[in-house]
Amino acid sequence: MTRKSRRLWLLLLCALGLGSATALTLTAFQDNLVFFRSPSDIAREAPKPDRAFRLGGLVETGSVMRETAPDGKPEARFRVTDGAHGVAVTYIGVLPDLFREGQGVVTLGKLGPDGTFRASEVLARHDETYMPPEVADALKRSGHWNPNQGAAPPAATWNTLEPAPAQPRRGS
Amino acid sequence: MIPEIGHFALALALALALVQAVVGMVGAQRADARLMAATPALAAGLLVTIAAAFACLVWAYVANDTTVLNVVQNSHSAKPLLYKISGAWGNHEGSMLLWVLILALCGGAVAAFGTNLPSALQARVLAVLALVALGFLGFILGTSNPFQRIWPPPLDGQGLNPVLQDPGLAFHPPLLYLGYVGFAVTYAFAVAALIEGRVDAAWGRWVRPWALAAWSFLTLGIALGSWWAYYELGWGGYWFWDPVENASLMPWLAGCALLHSAIVVEKREALKTWTVFLALLAFGMSLLGTFLVRSGVLNSVHAFANDPARGTVILILLTLYIGGGFLLFAWRAQAMLPTGVFTPISREGALVLNNLLLCSIAAVVLVGTLYPMFADLVLGEKFSVGPPFFNTAILPLAVPLVGAMALGPVLSWKRARLFPALQRLWWAALAGLGALALCLALEGQRIGPALGFGAAAWTILAAMADIADRIALFSRPRAAWARAKGLPRAAWGGALAHAGLGVMILGLAGMGLATDTLRLVRPGESVALAGLDYRLVSLADAPGPNFSARRATVEVRDGSRLVTTLMPERRSFPLARMTTTEAAIHTTWLSDLYVVLGEEREGGAVLRIHNNPLAPWIWLGGAIMALGGGLSLSDRRMRVSAPAVRPVKAGARA
Repeated sequence: MTRKSRRLWLLLLCALGLGSATALTLTAFQDNLVFFRSPSDIAREAPKPDRAFRLGGLVETGSVMRETAPDGKPEARFRVTDGAHGVAVTYIGVLPDLFREGQGVVTLGKLGPDGTFRASEVLARHDETYMPPEVADALKRSGHWNPNQGAAPPAATWNTLEPAPAQPRRGS
Repeated sequence: MIPEIGHFALALALALALVQAVVGMVGAQRADARLMAATPALAAGLLVTIAAAFACLVWAYVANDTTVLNVVQNSHSAKPLLYKISGAWGNHEGSMLLWVLILALCGGAVAAFGTNLPSALQARVLAVLALVALGFLGFILGTSNPFQRIWPPPLDGQGLNPVLQDPGLAFHPPLLYLGYVGFAVTYAFAVAALIEGRVDAAWGRWVRPWALAAWSFLTLGIALGSWWAYYELGWGGYWFWDPVENASLMPWLAGCALLHSAIVVEKREALKTWTVFLALLAFGMSLLGTFLVRSGVLNSVHAFANDPARGTVILILLTLYIGGGFLLFAWRAQAMLPTGVFTPISREGALVLNNLLLCSIAAVVLVGTLYPMFADLVLGEKFSVGPPFFNTAILPLAVPLVGAMALGPVLSWKRARLFPALQRLWWAALAGLGALALCLALEGQRIGPALGFGAAAWTILAAMADIADRIALFSRPRAAWARAKGLPRAAWGGALAHAGLGVMILGLAGMGLATDTLRLVRPGESVALAGLDYRLVSLADAPGPNFSARRATVEVRDGSRLVTTLMPERRSFPLARMTTTEAAIHTTWLSDLYVVLGEEREGGAVLRIHNNPLAPWIWLGGAIMALGGGLSLSDRRMRVSAPAVRPVKAGARA
């Protein structure tokens, strides 16, 4: 085999490898991107019921109820809020150690037909002063927190705040 | 006083690194024997000064010196000694210091073991390593000084993140860094080769042990980290496709490709430019990993105490080293002409396929890890890419990789025929298909695990068949022992590493069949899972050194036989105001019984119980792979001086 034809072979193989990797990545992206939505985003436009997404915000104070489902599995119900809107969430499973009312939380799941978010994962894996960046961003967008004016107000007061003041939304 | 000595040692190290870089480069360029001879000594000096600085930091932690800010933020006098020591690198500043310490260690090793290297090459390699050290020492001194004092000193420190208070912290970061930083040496060799404009078999022979060592350590580091996450985080999983995990997987994949293509350079003098490219890429991935973990752009368990401003500096260093390396590559790569030719079906061809598939997987992981970040920064769209993406995109690339992996070693160099090679592996192929069919028959339509079992059987048995074939176990059994002793250790190591991957795939396939359940149980009640009975006996308080715990006692019975008693805990650390769950795990080697204690209410407790078939074999497989790497490394050929020490004459004769 000459050097030229070998080089051709190599190039062909490289193109094949790169092409298939790109094709695989794109198809996998199409089905598996998990978008982040805040309660206000959902109020504005409800996501498709069969599509998983991540819902983030603060756990509304006084909304957490722990129950036991008929089959003995522990079930938690709570509301996630960004100050302007709230979404009811149900979760079957062990809540993380850092799950507390008034604290930032990110949940993964699907929206049920009744408007309740059925979470399959609840993430709250940082210390209690930590706020997930997506949640911080959602709070800024809902108009309740301008980071230039200092730290976020105490988390426990979020769900009692007035609805978002009329101001143009920045970002998407 | 001692922290000041450490700070001074760091500054001294910075100056030494600068001198080493200049002396090495100028000396090699001018072929000045005295300057070139000075570089190994300078490398030793750099190692001594950085080791001194590191020792000072560890001293500050052990003595709990609360005048040092870093100690105050990350330590506490009530912490056990092991965590005081390992806590020294359980934070940003300390871990960066560990990073440069290991870099200096690598430089010292090149100086000590590289005596048979041509002195110009050694001087250039050491100069490039010093340049890398220079950047990172400047970064540490400029933005993250671990010896920063605080006044007035508080009475005691704030304690270490409880999740990190584990023996895993003592070993996981050093092993991982040995891997990351080990690729700095292959990077330095690549840059030196580009400057000299020459890559030959001897170069391949010098680079290969470094790639092998770095890859083996990285394998161990990743496996250990995965195991740590498995038992510490209590989620019952072993790999979450977390960006930080991906950051360690990418250099591993690139390094694995490098390791294999260096064989081709050494044996056949082909794929030279490609190997140099991979050497640059592997270190680029390592730096990218460092950037992702250290910069705070990520949201993960590793994101302790970081600061976006530091990310910018690491990004600049990354651009300089990688951009510089690739610029040099673009400028000089055409100087390196390949000499060996081969047909597509040959061992070289198989290794090219291996490289292509490994790099494609690395590219998929890279895109999946970075795209959400870019989309957030550029498009303002927030989304994440989870395990389903990686599973769907990587599986179609991993299947041909594993399929061809077993075939490669039995092909001959230069040109081979596929059919005789397949004939030698027919029983491995048969066993693989059998395992696949058996799993489908027993477990129903579970394609993933079935493929996994088939691939595991194929890989392990093909590695055995290869060895059996080489020592002529079946054709001439009497001479087999003598031939086995004569077989180079690199052959044994390669087969062992391939079999190790098979063992790991076995574990992964088993975990594909994992089951779990979740139940609120009161003492005396029990839960059934996978044929076993889990009975909650009691719930009690248990004190610890710097935490208080709630402990559940769970008896596991198989019918009436007591299998084991598990004691999962929930620990609360008053200092950090954190609660952690300690999963209780009992392994039967065929399966892990894994119990996590959840919240307590209504006089009972929530128990999450996992039955994880074959789980321990995932990490054992990783250890076997690293062992295979180590065995290859001990091969005589890796240590004796390469045949072409005088490449000009050797070239003339050839």
